[in-house]
Amino acid sequence: MKDRRPRSMTVALAGNPNSGKTTIFNALTGGRAHVGNYPGVTVELKAGWTRRGDKSIQLVDLPGTYSLTAYSAEEVVARNFILDEKPDVVIDILDCSNLERNLYLAVQMMELGAPLVLAFNMSDLAEAAGQKIDVEMLSGLLGVPIVPTVAHKGQGIEQLMAAAAAVAADPDQAVGRQRLPTYGRELEPEVARLAAMVPDRCRQAGRDRWVAVKLLEDDTEAVNRLHPLMPAAELAELLGAAEQSRRHIHSVCGDAAEIILADRRYGFISGACQETVRTTVESRHALSDRIDAVVTNRFLGLPLFLILTLLVFQVTFWLGRPLSGYLEKGKDLLAGQVWQLWPRGSDSLLGSLLADGLIKGVGAVLVFVPIIFLLFLAIALLEDSGYMARAAFVMDRLMHKIGLHGRSFIPMLIGFGCSVPGILATRTLESRRDRLTTMLVLPLFSCGARLPVYVLIIAAFFPRRTLFSLFGVADVTNQALLLMSMYLIGIALALAAAKLLRSTLFRGEVSSFVMELPPYRLPTLRGALIHTWERGWMFLRKAGTVILGAVIVLWALTSFPRPPTDPADQATRDQADRQYLAAAAKIDREAGLSGRGSAFAEARLQLAQARRRHWPDSQAFGAARLDYERRVRGLAQDSDRFARFLAAFEAAGTDDVEEGFGAAGLRPAAGAMLEAEGRRREQLQDMESGRARRKLEYSVMGRMGKAVEPAMRPCGFDWKISTALLAALSAKEVFVGQMGVIYALGRVEDDTGELEQRLQRDYTPLQGFCIMLFCLISLPCIPTLVATWRESGSVKWALGQLVGLTLLAWGVTAVVYQVGRALGLGTGLPA
Amino acid sequence: MSLNSADPPAGPVMPLSLAAVGRTVTFARAEGGVGLIRRLAEMGLTPGEPIRVLHRGPGPFIIMVRGSRLVLGRGMVQRILVRPG
Repeated sequence: MKDRRPRSMTVALAGNPNSGKTTIFNALTGGRAHVGNYPGVTVELKAGWTRRGDKSIQLVDLPGTYSLTAYSAEEVVARNFILDEKPDVVIDILDCSNLERNLYLAVQMMELGAPLVLAFNMSDLAEAAGQKIDVEMLSGLLGVPIVPTVAHKGQGIEQLMAAAAAVAADPDQAVGRQRLPTYGRELEPEVARLAAMVPDRCRQAGRDRWVAVKLLEDDTEAVNRLHPLMPAAELAELLGAAEQSRRHIHSVCGDAAEIILADRRYGFISGACQETVRTTVESRHALSDRIDAVVTNRFLGLPLFLILTLLVFQVTFWLGRPLSGYLEKGKDLLAGQVWQLWPRGSDSLLGSLLADGLIKGVGAVLVFVPIIFLLFLAIALLEDSGYMARAAFVMDRLMHKIGLHGRSFIPMLIGFGCSVPGILATRTLESRRDRLTTMLVLPLFSCGARLPVYVLIIAAFFPRRTLFSLFGVADVTNQALLLMSMYLIGIALALAAAKLLRSTLFRGEVSSFVMELPPYRLPTLRGALIHTWERGWMFLRKAGTVILGAVIVLWALTSFPRPPTDPADQATRDQADRQYLAAAAKIDREAGLSGRGSAFAEARLQLAQARRRHWPDSQAFGAARLDYERRVRGLAQDSDRFARFLAAFEAAGTDDVEEGFGAAGLRPAAGAMLEAEGRRREQLQDMESGRARRKLEYSVMGRMGKAVEPAMRPCGFDWKISTALLAALSAKEVFVGQMGVIYALGRVEDDTGELEQRLQRDYTPLQGFCIMLFCLISLPCIPTLVATWRESGSVKWALGQLVGLTLLAWGVTAVVYQVGRALGLGTGLPA
Repeated sequence: MSLNSADPPAGPVMPLSLAAVGRTVTFARAEGGVGLIRRLAEMGLTPGEPIRVLHRGPGPFIIMVRGSRLVLGRGMVQRILVRPG
């Protein structure tokens, strides 16, 4: 992280959440950041580079915090970075419209002895709202350089960097100028007493006072840092003295030392602001208050939130669907191109790995990228505007009922797009119990990848019926209701599961909930896009690594072992050809084509065989085609009657069969010939399909599916569904593709119509519903499990999630299937 | 109860949950764990600080303190003790 070339410097950016810190970081680095986790914890530290003159500057974006105590992992990370990495300068970014609270962090930085520059951000908004800050005087009172900035317009950035460079040039002098708060006559003697006892190392670093204050605040993290610096006996003595001081302060002041210290810091800030900041608090919050009056209204809040959510999903799918469609086509095109590298009909392993495994598998996930990115963009806009905090407020009451608080809802909302970034978003939750609960139930929020499964099943089993018309504008269909029911069942189960977890594994009080409501702001597209990219990139990275690996494993499981070639296949092929020729000979005789019909059939057979062996635009196929045309033309030249038959044959293949073509007598013969050809094609297709199915049945995956069949029978699933469900572990939408293979439909994924028919033939609507239910609840995909593992820091939670959700899915589906069957619901096989 | 000179004259305390919307009350103390009390102090809730109640209902409260809006969970407003006026 550190680079100490003379011509470079390290600048740490600190600040409250919502202070515009990220905007300044992006303005300086152009949004190009390297995100890395701080070792040991899942707090992200973003680093980027910029140049000023001949100096290269490393910028580190510290996590947004309100203070520097060890309350949360973010605060520990921010503090330890300043203590351990010793950045050349710390820029603290403050939101001017909320100066006092923002200055609290700045004062703590000064206590820490950090070389500091303050950026008074959003100074334009504060000014417009009637706030006047005497920056020069305030800077003098605090002893810290202050630069007003308007980050989203890029104003003040250069001055800020100049001030930072000046401080970095002589940090000792800059720190020496800083004016620290005094803690009053009760506390100062205690601070001095403890400061005299701290190890010399701290004194030399100018941190003796800071350590003393931390001891008074009973900061365990700071105590841990003292362990290696002094003998245990001395440390024990120091801690004893600190405890004595704390007791003394509590008895004299009536409050714990940390409260008095916070009070003194705020007093120091108030004093400085009194002289320098003139403001009318009422006017400053007028707009936000007026919006809040509606948005957080007791009765309007929840409906507004629901409407907004619905709108987000509607727009996301409306814009994202066509884009996904293009990607889908591109993916199939690419897979087709790759296959062309091999001769047609080849069963090359490499070709299969590339086209069927990698491109189809990874592609199936990437197809969802547009929808997921659009959803993230919408969420980023809501976050940047300040609405998300209100949504958390509005949801708090409902979430409280299941033992979580409002903030947990934001990761859940993201989970509707993709569970992986949803799980990562749980980082904003402070209590570990809340985080784990939210993380574990998150896969129950139906993600975008499950949609294709629902679409297939609903289209196959539940013919569209309009139930009623909504205000004459939109028709409510049974299909729409079914789709919505899947989402609602997911939400209901998630809430129930969260409640269960909170009252068993993660028992305890609902964690206390303090959250700031930032003032409303117009989000910038640039900022929202950067946020979107950061979240989306996590998804892409997962798709590129974990999904890639999973796809290869699944491909291998469905490809090996390969079944021996069945001699029956060749026999079937020969027989189909013979039957076709025999039919042609019969037609030939009946229509009086005097042998030309049979010759024609033979030519067509040869062309068909060439088509099976060669790609359409290959040279070999071109030659075969020319040969066929030459032969057919020759036949037509010899006989007028055959020419008329040929015309009728060609016309029969197209839609415009005209009466009075002059071939009236020969049309039945042409039709019969076409039919015979169709019959042959069908026989061959059935054979090919049978082969693909045999391959899957023979493979490890097929065997696994068969092995679990007895366990899945109570849910109404046979080995075919079980196999497809197993394959869907890599990513949910794989289910559709796998059902296609099992039904031996060859490579016809772009046309699910036939698959729908096969499903209808074999399963009841009840079984169809159970498939949807199982897909909704069970088997979080592998990337989700990995995310849970990484974020919870333990593989046991990921395994628990896998087992728990699978058991839940099995239980719920089995109950629904058995009850449904007993009641005779949707059990009739359609004729 | 308190010897702190900065404190306003001691008066009867009540939970913040009883304060009416639009009223300004004075923060006295919070009951709860060390972490919670420290967090509240850092967010600006120190003894003697005025708090304005912006929203109250069956769920969480919204208050204004030192120029920022804070959402306080239901459990928390019961543990924050304030003095009227």
